[in-house]
Amino acid sequence: MEIGLITLAIMLATLLGWLLKQSFNTQPWVADEVGETAHHGPLGDASNTRLIALMTLLAVVTSFFALILSAYALRMELGDWVPMTEPQLLWTNTAMLILASVALQWTRNGAVKGQASRLKPGLIATGILTTAFVAGQFIAWQQLRADGQFVTVNPSNAFFFFLTGAHAVHILGGLYVWARATTRVLLGTAEGGAIRRSIELCTIYWHFLLLVWLVLFGLLLST
Amino acid sequence: MSYVAIADRDHEQEHHDPQTFITKYIWSQDHKVIAIQYGITAVFVGLIALGLSAMMRLQLGFPDQFSFINPENYYQFVTMHGMIMVIYLLTALFLGGFGNYLIPLMCGSRDMVFPFLNMVSYWVYLLSVIILLISFFVPGGSTGAGWTLYPPQAIMQGTPGTDWGILLMLASLGVFIVAFTMGGLNYVTTVLQARCKGMTLMRMPLSVWGIFIATILGLLAFPALLVSAIMMIFDKTLMTSFFMPAISSMGADPGYTGGSPILFQHLFWFFGHPEVYIVALPAFGIVSDLLSTHARKNIFGYRMMVWAIIAIGGLSFIVWAHHMYVSGMNPYFGFFFATTTLIIAVPTALKVYNWVLTLWEGNIHLRVPMLFSIGFVFTFIHGGLTGLFLGNVTIDLPLSDTYFVVAHFHMVMGVSPVLVVFGAIYHWWPKISGRMYNETLGKWHFWMTFLGTYSIYLPMHYLGFQGVPRRYFSMGNTEFMPASAQDLNAWITMSALFVAASQLLFFTNIIWSLTRGPKSDPNPWDATTLEWQTPDHPPKHGNWGHELPECHRWAYDYSVPGYEEDFIPQNVPADKAPAGRDHGGEH
Repeated sequence: MEIGLITLAIMLATLLGWLLKQSFNTQPWVADEVGETAHHGPLGDASNTRLIALMTLLAVVTSFFALILSAYALRMELGDWVPMTEPQLLWTNTAMLILASVALQWTRNGAVKGQASRLKPGLIATGILTTAFVAGQFIAWQQLRADGQFVTVNPSNAFFFFLTGAHAVHILGGLYVWARATTRVLLGTAEGGAIRRSIELCTIYWHFLLLVWLVLFGLLLST
Repeated sequence: MSYVAIADRDHEQEHHDPQTFITKYIWSQDHKVIAIQYGITAVFVGLIALGLSAMMRLQLGFPDQFSFINPENYYQFVTMHGMIMVIYLLTALFLGGFGNYLIPLMCGSRDMVFPFLNMVSYWVYLLSVIILLISFFVPGGSTGAGWTLYPPQAIMQGTPGTDWGILLMLASLGVFIVAFTMGGLNYVTTVLQARCKGMTLMRMPLSVWGIFIATILGLLAFPALLVSAIMMIFDKTLMTSFFMPAISSMGADPGYTGGSPILFQHLFWFFGHPEVYIVALPAFGIVSDLLSTHARKNIFGYRMMVWAIIAIGGLSFIVWAHHMYVSGMNPYFGFFFATTTLIIAVPTALKVYNWVLTLWEGNIHLRVPMLFSIGFVFTFIHGGLTGLFLGNVTIDLPLSDTYFVVAHFHMVMGVSPVLVVFGAIYHWWPKISGRMYNETLGKWHFWMTFLGTYSIYLPMHYLGFQGVPRRYFSMGNTEFMPASAQDLNAWITMSALFVAASQLLFFTNIIWSLTRGPKSDPNPWDATTLEWQTPDHPPKHGNWGHELPECHRWAYDYSVPGYEEDFIPQNVPADKAPAGRDHGGEH
């Protein structure tokens, strides 16, 4: 459980540090110190609200994957564990996901600089590359099944399907949000600011899932 | 960057003014309506779980008298009672119910920051409840694996409900966690982003603090339950061996190859222990506000109370294995977890001292919410003290499988939070309904519940010391159990039925109040917190009319010297009333 604990400790320490900053040198029982309505404005303006919700969600997802990895580490210690050979296709898939992140970052930079011409090609490229990743993962699962390497063969296989499946589900959730943003761009129904914020949040989510994937892939390769 | 409250920013606010009956009461995005929906659903399943416990007690008190209770049923009752009470009643009621109602009102916001997501959260929760209830009616019935769902027995032939019951239970938990995550994102973001002007974190009422930290615990801990539920579904349906050891079942080899049941226990309790505090922290917060309000005194040591909540929340993640002493762990691990468990008693004891010191020389009004709050302090101290026993490995080992443990956890996380639930409902009932309840009925309800639960659980400690094992359908003939143990069991059953029946007083009171109760004053308790200062009573959609409130002080300006009234609401500016400590605000 060390992996889960360390991850949680980092997240809780971040929260704790922030809370400490909020509460040091405050005297809650004093009404309206220094002449005006005291207020340490939460975390800034409204566009931050969705960002904070996303960060909270990412903390939940981090906890989820960290706990699977904890289980992975514990289960690996038992006698019947046989390392699995990962399909070569995963390398191609990884490249797709990296490119998807790059494309989305390029789109985001364009949106921030006000270069609206980047939005359509950037978003569509992101969608194609990400879909290619999910499709690639699906093909990899089919290959494994065809080779008789399904979940019952060994716990390492079972974990492979669980980890990659859980990751793919999170990617699909991201694609849903991407689809909404892209539809609005294609139909031209949303104002620039809202689209920009959507793309910024998508970018964070994509980079996060890329990071998760790199950690998972590294772990799968090394064990 | 200057801060403008969320609700003041028209372009950001999601408009959702309800138009029709359906959007107003059914598919509502108003946090108050969603809170009531959560509350009614949770209380409804809670009543089912109460009925199940009555059936268990009938068997234990009067063995073999009732033909409709057989061993299979009994284990199903145990399992469903536990799971419903912990997850579907207490978690949903404290966070979905009180969290939804209180966070926006106490923080001075118009609503949760994502009202649509909030609505979806309730309907997904309802779906999880429906899946859970369906499991009573599938072939084989609901699961009888015990609320901890330990493998291998949870999915092996011989345990009730291994065909469909266990799968529906795991699926229902998964759906619940999705619902909770949607709600939780809302609660956290609303507390961080949508507080009104002047409502600094350190001016938030302790109720909000308790709910806020409990939500964070839930968001980080529920994934452990989700992971273990998914892995167990795999073990059951795909025959993987995450948890299932190489095992023979009824002479046959089901095909599992050496998984680890202990791994499940680690994951389960990694969720399960924080879960105790997911239920307890909101109760701590709410009871602090109730005691302070009805004792007309500021809460003793506000900052200490906040930090105690945070410390308990953090520590709750490193004590989980104290539920697993009997699983045969390395003694050094046992030592570590015993130490952390006893350390968590420090911030908890601080809170208890502060509650008692808040009452000290207070102007105590023994109204119904206050009775329930003081009752909570009693039951929580008793349940907490037996926790110190069980936190030690050497004491836990002989007691772990006895009724001592049943008595302990029912006192500390059954009776105690439920007393707070009742106290909170009585306290906020005038705000929710606009009407008063019947004080006499409420007091009868309190005394019958409070004394009745003691009559149930105090003797159980004694049964535990005698070695009477928990989880048994029938005790049989054993040397170590005196015949009087059975008499005691009969007494406990009668007390349990008495307590269950006395809850009718509560529902009678609610119905009486809704139909004939006198209209209540907008602030009947002379409370300081913002929810009592709303322009409409009960608050309407949007809570605050045209203008959001401004917060000028903490929530505990009671009996401030030099001020004619014995309370100063949070939205009264400093120049209109004394400003806290200089006038003796904190002692």
